[in-house]
Amino acid sequence: MPAPIRLRELIRTIRTARTQAEEREMIQKECAAIRSSFREEDNTYRCRNVAKLLYMHMLGYPAHFGQLECLKLIASQKFTDKRIGYLGAMLLLDERQDVHLLMTNCIKNDLNHSTQYVQGLALCTLGCMGSSEMCRDLAGEVEKLLKTSNSYLRKKAALCAVHVIRKVPELMEMFLPATKNLLNEKNHGVLHTSVVLLTEMCERSPDMLAHFRKVSLVPQLVRILKNLIMSGYSPEHDVSGISDPFLQVRILRLLRILGRNDDDSSEAMNDILAQVATNTETSKNVGNAILYETVLTIMDIKSESGLRVLAINILGRFLLNNDKNIRYVALTSLLKTVQTDHNAVQRHRSTIVDCLKDLDVSIKRRAMELSFALVNGNNVRGMMKELLYFLDSCEPEFKADCASGIFLAAEKYAPSKRWHIDTIMRVLTTAGSYVRDDAVPNLIQLITNSVEMHAYTVQRLYKAILGDYSQQPLVQVASWCIGEYGDLLVSGQCEEEEPIQVTEDEVLDILESVLISNMSASVTRGYALTAIMKLSTRFTCTVNRIKKVVSIYGSSIDVELQQRAVEYNALFKKYDHMRPALLERMPVMEKVTTNGPSEIVQTNGETEPAVLETKPPPSGLQPASQANDLLDLLGGSDITPVIPTAPTTKPASAGGELLDLLGDLNLTGSPVSAPAPQIAQPPFLLDGLSSQPLFNDIAAGIPSITAYNKNGLKIDFTFERSNTNPSVTVITIQASNSTELDMTDFVFQAAVPKTFQLQLLSPSSSVIPAFNSGTITQVIKVLNPQKQQLRMRIKLTYNHKGSAMQDLAEVNNFPPQSWQ
Amino acid sequence: MIKFFLMVNKQGQTRLSRYYEHIEINKRTMLEAEVIKNCLSRSKDQCSFIEYKDLKLVYRQYAALFVVVGINETENEMAVYELIHNFVEVLDKYFSRVVSEILNL
Repeated sequence: MPAPIRLRELIRTIRTARTQAEEREMIQKECAAIRSSFREEDNTYRCRNVAKLLYMHMLGYPAHFGQLECLKLIASQKFTDKRIGYLGAMLLLDERQDVHLLMTNCIKNDLNHSTQYVQGLALCTLGCMGSSEMCRDLAGEVEKLLKTSNSYLRKKAALCAVHVIRKVPELMEMFLPATKNLLNEKNHGVLHTSVVLLTEMCERSPDMLAHFRKVSLVPQLVRILKNLIMSGYSPEHDVSGISDPFLQVRILRLLRILGRNDDDSSEAMNDILAQVATNTETSKNVGNAILYETVLTIMDIKSESGLRVLAINILGRFLLNNDKNIRYVALTSLLKTVQTDHNAVQRHRSTIVDCLKDLDVSIKRRAMELSFALVNGNNVRGMMKELLYFLDSCEPEFKADCASGIFLAAEKYAPSKRWHIDTIMRVLTTAGSYVRDDAVPNLIQLITNSVEMHAYTVQRLYKAILGDYSQQPLVQVASWCIGEYGDLLVSGQCEEEEPIQVTEDEVLDILESVLISNMSASVTRGYALTAIMKLSTRFTCTVNRIKKVVSIYGSSIDVELQQRAVEYNALFKKYDHMRPALLERMPVMEKVTTNGPSEIVQTNGETEPAVLETKPPPSGLQPASQANDLLDLLGGSDITPVIPTAPTTKPASAGGELLDLLGDLNLTGSPVSAPAPQIAQPPFLLDGLSSQPLFNDIAAGIPSITAYNKNGLKIDFTFERSNTNPSVTVITIQASNSTELDMTDFVFQAAVPKTFQLQLLSPSSSVIPAFNSGTITQVIKVLNPQKQQLRMRIKLTYNHKGSAMQDLAEVNNFPPQSWQ
Repeated sequence: MIKFFLMVNKQGQTRLSRYYEHIEINKRTMLEAEVIKNCLSRSKDQCSFIEYKDLKLVYRQYAALFVVVGINETENEMAVYELIHNFVEVLDKYFSRVVSEILNL
């Protein structure tokens, strides 16, 4: 059999292939030749064959039949064989194959070989694909090599140790003594790998981290870094004028880990960080890479404020650089720091906004996120203009995020209602089809809340869909508004703008075309039909037309439309007397204050997320002693979680007199030293309650009242006022049952007039035992900033004697001391 | 952490690949094809860092050859960018004739 071809020739042959099929054919032919050669147990050419096999494996062809051959090569005495054998082992073998364990003995012998290159090979392979068993067996050898004086071996042993630690974390302590002298080396290779080893140890184990902080690792690192910066030109380590930037970056990263959350370490490194930040040359990418790492480190440790300002200024300089990479990196870091150093980042706002116009997609996305983070009450008008312009011109993948961001920002910082509505209109018309589905109900709620703008809003919406009714969210909002405020539209009452002359027929025309159009989604059609129906009470001359339209859709294929049409038809025919009442104007929906997104506050590297979550209502009973715990609820660090009584978090539906119960507060009981994590809303209720007991005047003598007494159910209110926050009244209700049977599934709900805010905490249980043998206790907190007379409407639901009972009552007999 | 290191030419042929995490062999070819597609669609004045799935790709173009490194978020992108150039310079120093041959292919 002729000698197998060399790897080089194989590569040349494969490259001449012009199609994928030709290449595959060549490779299969060669694989067959290699396989028969392996079968012949040919020692001389095994190395060549495995090399070719590895190349073909890299191109993506299966090469598993070469695994055993690799093992044979490793066992051979020739260095060239060993070299290819180990390479093959690294590429083809891993712990998934059982064959790999056979290597352990070979590696062990080679680790003790006389030639350092063979030892190096063995270390490399172990560090690349060693399984946990192999690592356990050979860790001792690696540790021995870590202490040797040969720097070539030391650096390889350090990297191998990193892999061993990753696979078998328990062996970390074994390498600890060897690390003492690692940083005393002059050889940069050893230094670099030692820093990697130390970084890995610190990241994996907090004990190690504490140990290294104590052993004053930081001064050692600072010294090394200083030498690197201060030393002159060293040809071995120079990259574009900077000495060993890779080592510098590694050291900075290790310093970051050591300095995080630790004052002493952070202080020790303040100087060197300032030095690196000011002395590094920024004309080339190398310098900027080091500066970037420095900035990340400064931001993450407990640095002094001067240093932080320096870091943000560096980032600002990056933003003005022409190089895209640097701008991208700067935007990413600014995004991370905008929460903590908001003011400093604001200074660079105009540059960031300019980046919105960049061509690069990654930069645009970063700039957009950062812009949203920077919007505040002062700059909202300007920023919105830029963001709306961006929305116009950006790629479709951004539009959804941008639209949601604009809505959120507008909601938080709108300077006036009209501006808010204008902005929303603009978003709907430019990116209408990309707006998220949940935006529509939010917008509708917003529109109902701005009572004086109804006429203006409906007019603008009407004009918007007159031209184009393909954007579904826009059409939905517009149809809803026209349905509600059609009478304002027709009467031409608009104050803000020139009123347009619209007849009832024209309005119905547009709504009908929405209904008919192919572009309208089923949901949109539903909106339009309901809107037409509502107009039957608002319009006077076109009622017959409306009746006709509604009856046509009574036989629509779409089940939803059909159902609506049939019900509306019934309204016309049988229940005409109820029609005006049913279709009258929607009341203003109360804004649910807990629906906003949470705020994650990041302070100097610590994060305390304050998330408002909804939890399902508790099904079991709560111990009665929790009633007393509730009283101590906010008085210190033993905070018990609060669970809402009813899971209502959607905005109240039509006619909702009962406010949504603000039960969604999750005060985490974790041992956080700050008494209450910063919660976005409602802050005023917790303001005075942070670290002292609330109830200072329990015996201040506010008389309790009987709020309700009917059918054997009696509810008493007892009051407490806070010294620190006089607008808060805490009412404890006690419900007792004087009948012979228990009342089960008792739910107490309360509503207060608009100027008050109400918070209902969880009840002690949901069963009131009979014969007054026990009570249910529940705490209500009422915020009364305007000191108005307290009134409350309560709703009680419970099961008694097998039937469900429900009652509404008004409580007017609050003692004056409870609200004055 | 570096996840993989690739040298791919403009036609999508892999010249060198090294994976530091186990990926199935057929997935590798798919990954390489997607990566080169991402890199080819970039213009000259766009930045060298692409977000791809949960990784970042740092790429550098040398004539017809792309050197692409996949990293996760703990790495300094600009240092890796510098590393790529260092690597190519090392290759050039040791295999000067061969490298210039590769770069012209």
